[in-house]
Amino acid sequence: MEMLIAWILRTVSFGTIILFGAMGEIITEKSGNLNLGVPGIMYLGGFAGFAVAYLYEFSSPQYIPFVGMVLAVVCAFLAAMLGGLIYSFITITLRANQNVTGLALSIFGQGVANFFGAFLLNGKTVTQTAVHHVFQAKIPFLSGLGVPGQILFSYGFMVYGAIALAFFLQHLLNRTRVGLNLRAVGENAATADAAGVNVTRYKYMATCLGAGISGLGGLFYVLDYNNGIWATTDQIEALGWLAVALVIFATWKPRNAIWGSYLFGMLYWLYQYLLPLLGITVSSYATDLIQMVPYVVTIVVLIITSLRKKQEDQPPQNLGIAYFREER
Amino acid sequence: MTDYAIELRHITKTFGSVVANRDVSMFVRKGEILSLLGENGSGKTTLMNMIAGIYYPDSGEILVDGTAAEIRSPRDAMRLKIGMVHQHFKLINVFTAAENIALVMEHKGKYSLKSVKARAREICDQYGFDLDLDQKVYEMSVSQKQTLEIVKVLFEGADLLILDEPTAVLTPQETERLFNVMRAMRNNGKSIIIITHKLHEVLEISDRVVVLRKGEYVGDVLTRDATTAVLTEMMVGQKVSLNIGRSDPRELHIRLAVRHLSVLNAENVKVLDDVSFDAFGGEILGIAGISGNGQKELLEAIAGLQRGAEGSSVIYYPDDDRDSTAEQLLGKPPAAIRKMGVHLSFVPEDRLGMGLVGSMGMADNMMLKSYKEGHSLLVQRNAPRKLAREIKESLGVITPSIQTPVSRLSGGNVQKVLVGREIAAAPTVLMTAYAVRGLDIHTSYTIYRLLEEQKRQGVAVIYVGEDLDVLIELCDRILVLCGGKMNGILNARKTTKEQVGLLMTKLADKEGKDR
Amino acid sequence: MSNPFVSNAPQRRRKLERGSKSTLLLAALAALAGLIGLLLAGAHPLVKWALAILMGLASGWMIWLLTEGNQEEPFLRVVKRERISIWKKIGVRISAIVLALLVDALFILCVTGLNPIDVYVTMYQGTFRTNRLIMAALRDWAPLLLISIALAPAFKMRFWNVGGEGQVLMGALGSALVMVYVPQAINTMFPPETAAGLLSGPVIYLLMLLASVALGALWGFIPAVFKANFGTNETLFTLMMNYVAIKIVSSFFNLWRGKASALGQLNMTTKVGWFHGTTVLGVRNVTYLSTIIFALVMMALMFCYLRYTKHGYEISVVGESQRTAQYAGISVKKVTIRTMIISGILCGIVGFLIVGGKDQTISTATAEGNGFTAIIVAWMAKFNAFYMALISAFLIFLEHGSQEITNAYQIMNKYAADIITGIILFFIIGSEFFINYRLVFRSVRKEVR
Repeated sequence: MEMLIAWILRTVSFGTIILFGAMGEIITEKSGNLNLGVPGIMYLGGFAGFAVAYLYEFSSPQYIPFVGMVLAVVCAFLAAMLGGLIYSFITITLRANQNVTGLALSIFGQGVANFFGAFLLNGKTVTQTAVHHVFQAKIPFLSGLGVPGQILFSYGFMVYGAIALAFFLQHLLNRTRVGLNLRAVGENAATADAAGVNVTRYKYMATCLGAGISGLGGLFYVLDYNNGIWATTDQIEALGWLAVALVIFATWKPRNAIWGSYLFGMLYWLYQYLLPLLGITVSSYATDLIQMVPYVVTIVVLIITSLRKKQEDQPPQNLGIAYFREER
Repeated sequence: MTDYAIELRHITKTFGSVVANRDVSMFVRKGEILSLLGENGSGKTTLMNMIAGIYYPDSGEILVDGTAAEIRSPRDAMRLKIGMVHQHFKLINVFTAAENIALVMEHKGKYSLKSVKARAREICDQYGFDLDLDQKVYEMSVSQKQTLEIVKVLFEGADLLILDEPTAVLTPQETERLFNVMRAMRNNGKSIIIITHKLHEVLEISDRVVVLRKGEYVGDVLTRDATTAVLTEMMVGQKVSLNIGRSDPRELHIRLAVRHLSVLNAENVKVLDDVSFDAFGGEILGIAGISGNGQKELLEAIAGLQRGAEGSSVIYYPDDDRDSTAEQLLGKPPAAIRKMGVHLSFVPEDRLGMGLVGSMGMADNMMLKSYKEGHSLLVQRNAPRKLAREIKESLGVITPSIQTPVSRLSGGNVQKVLVGREIAAAPTVLMTAYAVRGLDIHTSYTIYRLLEEQKRQGVAVIYVGEDLDVLIELCDRILVLCGGKMNGILNARKTTKEQVGLLMTKLADKEGKDR
Repeated sequence: MSNPFVSNAPQRRRKLERGSKSTLLLAALAALAGLIGLLLAGAHPLVKWALAILMGLASGWMIWLLTEGNQEEPFLRVVKRERISIWKKIGVRISAIVLALLVDALFILCVTGLNPIDVYVTMYQGTFRTNRLIMAALRDWAPLLLISIALAPAFKMRFWNVGGEGQVLMGALGSALVMVYVPQAINTMFPPETAAGLLSGPVIYLLMLLASVALGALWGFIPAVFKANFGTNETLFTLMMNYVAIKIVSSFFNLWRGKASALGQLNMTTKVGWFHGTTVLGVRNVTYLSTIIFALVMMALMFCYLRYTKHGYEISVVGESQRTAQYAGISVKKVTIRTMIISGILCGIVGFLIVGGKDQTISTATAEGNGFTAIIVAWMAKFNAFYMALISAFLIFLEHGSQEITNAYQIMNKYAADIITGIILFFIIGSEFFINYRLVFRSVRKEVR
């Protein structure tokens, strides 16, 4: 039982990272921009959040954890947005190839985070900030209510924030004018333009805000999932790619991204929890094969969905295409 | 206070080195239906796009209601109560009708699909539109999409409506309904500009006609003073002899026998339904019908690009004789058909999306169908280069070089490249779909003469067209399609436009077939 | 009729005209002045900050002008270029690189306080100081170029093969499997002398190559089949195939290392499957010469394949429009699968060359992320193999240069490479705009009325 609970806790935590990443990318892609820079953006967000919390903690005599938390969230969001802004300027204004720009942003973001991260590490391999206590604070009282309390109420606030954000984005996309305009821009920018929607502004806003949201995924990884520890790591990159994959998996719907991310998280941690649950022990090389499961499942689901083609499950029609009004 | 809804003064617009509009000045009165007439490529759409805020003029000014206005974007146009229905519909396919309408609302106030629907419903009732507001656009027919576009523009509260070639895709009945709506709108005090190149429609619907030629303003005429002859001359700039010089067919020989041909689309709907006919070498067989009634599927099925339904067959007779060899073409991909030695040429409707590779030059496009010849692993570029130069020379293709990507050429030149290649393949069957769409009158006649020439050489020509006058003048027989069904084959020398038009819209009464 | 928008127009226009060409020029000059000032000023930090803020503001103003320019304001418009001379093209690219180096210099100066020129010289030396370093650069350049070459035909066909990483890994695994298991089999099947002869001869290399090619091709083939038949999204598919490959490799890695903490080189004692070392440019025991030669050969071959062969022609047509391909009688399915198999085979061979030549071992990092970097290389080169060689060389130069500055300066670390590379890439990618478009400034137009 404990094993199962631990598994669920791990699942939700892990899912939240890629959920943030994917939600940001969904918003970005809905505006017709395919931003492959999500890994870089998550690096930027994660690092900025950590750095600010860390510097605040060790430079301010009166350290208030809550302030550290707010600073971290805001700075993570802003730093990631800055990454999005670079991408936006190059692809929207300069109309450059989105794929290459995104990949370059991935390199850049990873570089920035690890380069400056090395200054904070100052020769050590890991360093930690205390702000993770705020991020990981469980809901008081409710989390103490036995098993349901443990499964439902013992996560940091960002887990609930992610779910709420997913529902909010779903609502925004489908039930508001902003969402309608945004979807129109991604589907057919020329039509949206003719309807009086400011295509450039929407693309910029969606891409930058989307990047900000993706950046929160990086923040969550460092300050919650990873217990506030910064270490030079390649893992964020892999998580960023998973977030991009989750967008396709969720067929560009934030609500689907919720269960998609948890499903993936569950399968991702399968190797550590399922076998002990069943009381089986295997050698390490077999564990690796079990770790393959989430990817294989993704492929299988992908094939099944491709067999039944639905118009609503297709990517935005203008995804990847720069808009130039006077194109003839 | 002025009597003009909009006035253009000395508008010039260029695209690179191409002048689309040069020093155009014109006006529209309030409560007037104005026809903007001109050949394809005369700059009508570009001019209107500047009013609608899609393009911005290089020089000149636009006055709305007598006041100078800067129309920088469609949104500005909307604020000035100008609305345009574009020829290529500006609709979002995955949205419902109501969502598409909601998209154009002034971006203020609370967003509520419900109130949008209510107001749209009102507009529909007022003008008698039949529109399902919850239907997705990708499920709509062309005429439904157009209705939606008009409702959209009315929803914006436009006082000046621009309709770009609205009748091109409509049946005569639908056209009549549209005209009634337009009259009703005029009576409500709205001004309307209709872009068209169909003279009889101009005469029927408009109050006044403005003619453009090669991007320049030619003049305006009150419709009641206008005649077809006058308008044609204004449009073309000179008296054109519209004589194709049709020859009488000689030595007809059987080439293709299409039997019970049916084609299903992706949704398993029959888009072509039990079509049977013969095509003979030495004649031009016209295919008439409103666009989207199975013409595309018919040609593509013969060319091996569509699968025929059960029981369909397309027999090819290589030896001019029904009794000797007969080859089944259906079910074979284009490569296999070519391997059989069948010289089938096909000029598809979508020139750059299907017939040619836009990013390649003339030379590389010449070998699109023949690149596989020979056993070498490498492509042979000498012959295509030579051919490209020949076609450039003989058809007068205007291009900087035969290596210039064909997507940079004008529509007429693109078509010359395509038709030139298909004819150079020495076909026994030559199929063309809307071969002159978008071409100026001179290029059109060049194409007609090329087809006539092919016919004289004994080629079986199949010509899908939309202009009934041309079909009757060019072809020997005309097959009429309606709703994917064959509505009869007419002798072009004996039939009239009215008769063809009738068959295009009504279901067959099994007469009217000759041969 | 009163329309507030119309009556406002003249005023608004006057406001716009003030901020036209001269303003933009001014902003650009200010930005440049700030930049140069920053580079030269060894002065007071306050001066530095002031200059930096000035530059930021000026660039912000420029960006605003440009972005607003193509949407609303008519005084600055973007127009598509019809053609551009080759010299202008080169000029644009060179200015992009120069600007990028300036920005990088600024970054170096602001963050580390080092003299950027010294840093650049050090970077240059990172590749060119000794023959050994040159060979090391070539060693890393060849696989990157080869993977780019492998991916190019797929991308040219508009097939999103982000699975280069996995295809290389599987290729590497193929070779490693042969290195580990075939000697055992041969030793049990043949008498010792024959076995030794077989193991030192070309047979083992042939087997390694075959195994690599087979596994690489398989990893290209699987997503291609599903894409061709069901239209399954190949981006996600190939991405997932990477992870599957990583897990398979790590499984064997763990199996082979057993209780040891690391795997080490395979066949350490017998050296079976190792490429023979040669002396090149005075550098001894170069085992990767074959990789470099192979890369050069493939560069020429792929260039010709895409440009002069029927297959290359088919790839171009399919990439442009599938409808046109159908019309021309090209089987999209066949071309898709064939091209991906070629892609996979090439990646597989890269795996073989890395395992046999460069590393003599395998790990999940065997491909070093080159599967992703190669995507940038292929796209930026517009699938021209010679450009790919240049771009990949440039990237490797930056990487090795950064390694050098990390060693030379305490304050630097190897991730500086990513930042510097990222900035240069941004500039080169963005400069494409000035090749495809030109800006038209609206001079003062005659007043209305």
